[in-house]
Amino acid sequence: MNVIKKILPVLSILLAIAVQIGLKNSNLHPQTKPYFTYVLLGILIIYSILFILTFFHKGLDEKISYKAYFIAGAVLFFNILNLVTAKLAILPVLYFPALDRVFGVMVEQREVLVKCVLYSTRLLGYGVLFGALVGIATGICIGFSKTFSYWVSPVIRVLGPIPSTAWIPLVLISFPTAVSASAFLIGLSVWFPTTIMTSSGISNVQNSYFEVASTLGARRFYQVFKVGIPAAMPNMFLGLFNGICSSFVTLVTAEMIGAKYGIGWYINWQKEMLSYANVYAGLIIIALFFSVIVTLLFRVRDKVLIWQKGVIKW
Amino acid sequence: MVGQISIDNAVKKFTSVDGEEIVALNGINLDIRPGEFISLIGPSGCGKSTLLRLIAGLDFPNSGVLTLDGKQIKKPDCERGFMFQNHTLLPWLNIYDNIAFGLKARKIYKEKKNEVDEYIELVGLKGFEKSYPHQLSGGMCQRASLARALVGHPKVLLLDEPLGALDAFTRMNIQDEILRIREEHNMTMIMVTHDVDEAIYLSDRVVVMSARPAKIEKIVDIELPRPRARSNPEFLRYRAEVLKMLNYGGEIREVEYYL
Repeated sequence: MNVIKKILPVLSILLAIAVQIGLKNSNLHPQTKPYFTYVLLGILIIYSILFILTFFHKGLDEKISYKAYFIAGAVLFFNILNLVTAKLAILPVLYFPALDRVFGVMVEQREVLVKCVLYSTRLLGYGVLFGALVGIATGICIGFSKTFSYWVSPVIRVLGPIPSTAWIPLVLISFPTAVSASAFLIGLSVWFPTTIMTSSGISNVQNSYFEVASTLGARRFYQVFKVGIPAAMPNMFLGLFNGICSSFVTLVTAEMIGAKYGIGWYINWQKEMLSYANVYAGLIIIALFFSVIVTLLFRVRDKVLIWQKGVIKW
Repeated sequence: MVGQISIDNAVKKFTSVDGEEIVALNGINLDIRPGEFISLIGPSGCGKSTLLRLIAGLDFPNSGVLTLDGKQIKKPDCERGFMFQNHTLLPWLNIYDNIAFGLKARKIYKEKKNEVDEYIELVGLKGFEKSYPHQLSGGMCQRASLARALVGHPKVLLLDEPLGALDAFTRMNIQDEILRIREEHNMTMIMVTHDVDEAIYLSDRVVVMSARPAKIEKIVDIELPRPRARSNPEFLRYRAEVLKMLNYGGEIREVEYYL
């Protein structure tokens, strides 16, 4: 039974290959190399290797059996998509290019795309680092200093909720380069949720933790760093998660202002040229890119918050 | 000999939510000898814990003076260890780091490293150093919390119903451990409890407090040789005496309400 379940994805891939090779492409679509076939063959090879390994590795076996339906279903979805676009041209050809072309863009324009991803990573890296550091610092100061909170909290309450992209006109004239302007905008969008979650995390720490620390001889400064901050860590990660998600929105918008490369810039540019195959290729890459970043964040969280029983799952 | 506490006319008032003034402690006078074991017992909400928090320096009296070895108590300090009703172990530190917390905070960890292991062994948590609090049972966490309070060698150990949430057997085991530690290290201990047996089993003197505003109703000297047997007739006599003071003597009371 289990073996049949594990074979389902293989059947689904073979079916997709049969459709792809057996049926002729519609004349409405421009002819390209059959990149989708290569992708399917690649998946088939990888899956077959995993399938063989499942007989020797119990953990992998459980994972693959669990995912088998999903893999088969996903391949079937692309199979149908391929059928209604390339093979039958049921959907408008301009907006729904053949999968061959979408994958073809990834191969043929790989240099531009890699450059775009690197540029976006750099921009996001600067922005997130800057926003997260300033956000955590502001949050800690608000959480522990009444005076700081008195002066800064109202400002945050007014300025925080403004979408950072609304600052574009002001930012454009105040920053020397497009990169620094965009990094600032991204930082701003990370800063707000991180600050709010950090400060509320600190003010919600059980008072008895501070009391017990003080009876053990810990001074104020030590209490801030060894009790307040670790206790607020789960909230800080929540803030970072929210911040990073909104930084993706800002990244795509910010890359419209004078960026030379970048994945958001690429998608915008290709959309204006009506090259939808390139737009889809860009979208797939951006989805993978952001997903990897969030996965990394959660990996770090699981390491740091090993003492906590899981809250949000990714 | 150190660990002498005197409480001189301590008054503590709170303001309730509707702005009313509540007198929690109404002029408490008490002298505690070095190395003595004192239990504070009394009805719920009578201010026993408040008194303990004043001694710890976690709260401040509205009037009156508390001193330890002649020095006025002004803030929490590591010479007065505190064990809370909940274990209050820091959940992000493992058992070892929790117990070492005070030493690290006072920057004396390097010299006193070996004491951490010593106390872990003393409270029977060897092999659990790397575990996190949420992985251990309530009794084990309370043991760790005891070790954490003891490792800095406080002059006084304050215990706020530390065993209240534990089952009877675990409780009796930890009671014996507390007595053993007291004998070894000769520290003053003050414990808030609801459990009359526990108070008599452990204490040199049992301080019975009245309901709010709290006053000291009576101080009972427990003149039983140690180790004490819980079923000894003398023990039971003390038990009856204290229960009677708390109005649970078993005589027929006037019925105040009907169900």
